[in-house]
Amino acid sequence: MSKVVPMRDAIAAHVHDGDTLVIEGFTHLIGFAAAHEIIRQRRRDLTLCRLTPDVVFDQMIAAGCASKLVFSWAGNPGAGSLHAFRRAVEAKPAKLAIEEYSHFGMVARFSAGAAHLPFWPLRNYQGTDLPRVNPMIRSVECPYTGESIATVPPLNPDVTVVHAQRADADGNTQVWGLLGVQKEAAFASKRVIVVVEELVPSTVIRADPNRTIIPGMIVDAVVIEPWGAHPSYAQGYYDRDNDFYVAWDDISRDGAKLQAYLDEWVHGVTDRAGYLRRQPSLVERLTAKPAMSGEVSYGY
Amino acid sequence: MDWSPSEMMVATAARELRDGEVVFVGIGLPNLACNLARLTHAPNLVMIYESGAVGARPDRLPLSIGDPSLVTGSLMICGMADVFQFLLQGGRIEVGFLGGAQVDRFGNINTTVVGDYGQPKVRLPGSGGAPEIAIHARRTVVIARLDRRAFPEQVDFITSPGHGARGNRRRDLGMPGAGPVRVITDRGTLAANPDTGELELDAVYRGTSADDVRSAVGWDLVVRDPLVTIAPPKPEELRLLRDVVDPKGHFLRA
Repeated sequence: MSKVVPMRDAIAAHVHDGDTLVIEGFTHLIGFAAAHEIIRQRRRDLTLCRLTPDVVFDQMIAAGCASKLVFSWAGNPGAGSLHAFRRAVEAKPAKLAIEEYSHFGMVARFSAGAAHLPFWPLRNYQGTDLPRVNPMIRSVECPYTGESIATVPPLNPDVTVVHAQRADADGNTQVWGLLGVQKEAAFASKRVIVVVEELVPSTVIRADPNRTIIPGMIVDAVVIEPWGAHPSYAQGYYDRDNDFYVAWDDISRDGAKLQAYLDEWVHGVTDRAGYLRRQPSLVERLTAKPAMSGEVSYGY
Repeated sequence: MDWSPSEMMVATAARELRDGEVVFVGIGLPNLACNLARLTHAPNLVMIYESGAVGARPDRLPLSIGDPSLVTGSLMICGMADVFQFLLQGGRIEVGFLGGAQVDRFGNINTTVVGDYGQPKVRLPGSGGAPEIAIHARRTVVIARLDRRAFPEQVDFITSPGHGARGNRRRDLGMPGAGPVRVITDRGTLAANPDTGELELDAVYRGTSADDVRSAVGWDLVVRDPLVTIAPPKPEELRLLRDVVDPKGHFLRA
């Protein structure tokens, strides 16, 4: 049975106030279209989790969706600060609770969650101040060598949004380019929404099964949303909008300007198609040049 | 040919890399240094980005470490669990490059907060992959601009451990890597004393004195004797930096 639904219905059905929400994608394939719909539906009290909160969570923090942030690097990649995040954390008292790891720690938390383990061991954090400010970073004695190993707890989100290049109607999802931690996050999650550039027949998936990172059996909804990762990118489809990331520094620095941005580009449109209609030059500016892979034979 | 302090830093950092080494590349000036090394004396440098690109050969300056140009033509793309578990924790990284808002006497780095953690004066981005790089890379090189606030006796928060974190030595804490062996600044370079772990001034750029550096550091900086003067960037290095590596001056003129 097809799981394909409009974005509005996917968010309404699967993202609730108070949820722990993951929108993953390391620079690549960040689900902005889903985030904007969550802002439009005015979800509140979310615990937002991502390695790099990025502009996407800066927008959700500014929109009032978040009560807590779990993360490992909160900057605007290559372009400066996330000012809505900074305003919330530097306020006295702080307006946003934080729980902070390193990238390895966040990856390990998703791995533990996906593997249904009570913790994940990693050789890390000795000599750092992170365990002092985050009591969830602990240690365990190795039962074989007696050495002390750092541990982090599993992260099992209520819902994870993964943006991908393509999937079939059942949610068998293929990604190429940077893979981030989407597979681990999806397997760790109670519910999974997949948003794709293209819906393809199952024969396309079955012709190249090594490219599938998420099987349909763990997917609850499939949303078709071309350019749904902009201003992030989709390898082979469109480039990262670096100009926008640089511009965000100026937009987010001023709270009023940021709200005006949300009014115009999030609340001021009904969906991603409307967002695209407002900036027809995007397609010309950012559409990817082809660089085709070689083919392999799966025959036997 | 005239050169800027940023260009000098990047050229000096590039010379830290040997051909064929496996380097974990951070964004900003470290990324420029690695790409400059690859285009000059280290054509076989294996550049690994924490985003999962192994053996990247970007044909444009990546603004972020997840840029699509790191994927096209790369040797391998893997998930981040593989990057941190197999490549970094697995001991495959020879050099790690780190930046930092604060670097202290023992090479501890702070990228988390200025002031108190609970009530920060300035909230910085945080860890990223820096703590695990500082712990696992066989050696690390730090790039930071000199300033008394940036080089205090002790950092406000240890994000990435150096040689003497709160009285503990790296070896006692079970850290596999040698830690920050050299800190490259905009006026000269500091090297870690192999016995004490303390950073000492070992070289200055042309036109800079030891006192210029000492006055910009928040502790009583030891000056090595003899003190080396580092040659300015070569014309070819400057041409590559300005025309190929960072043609828009995004990081060099920041």
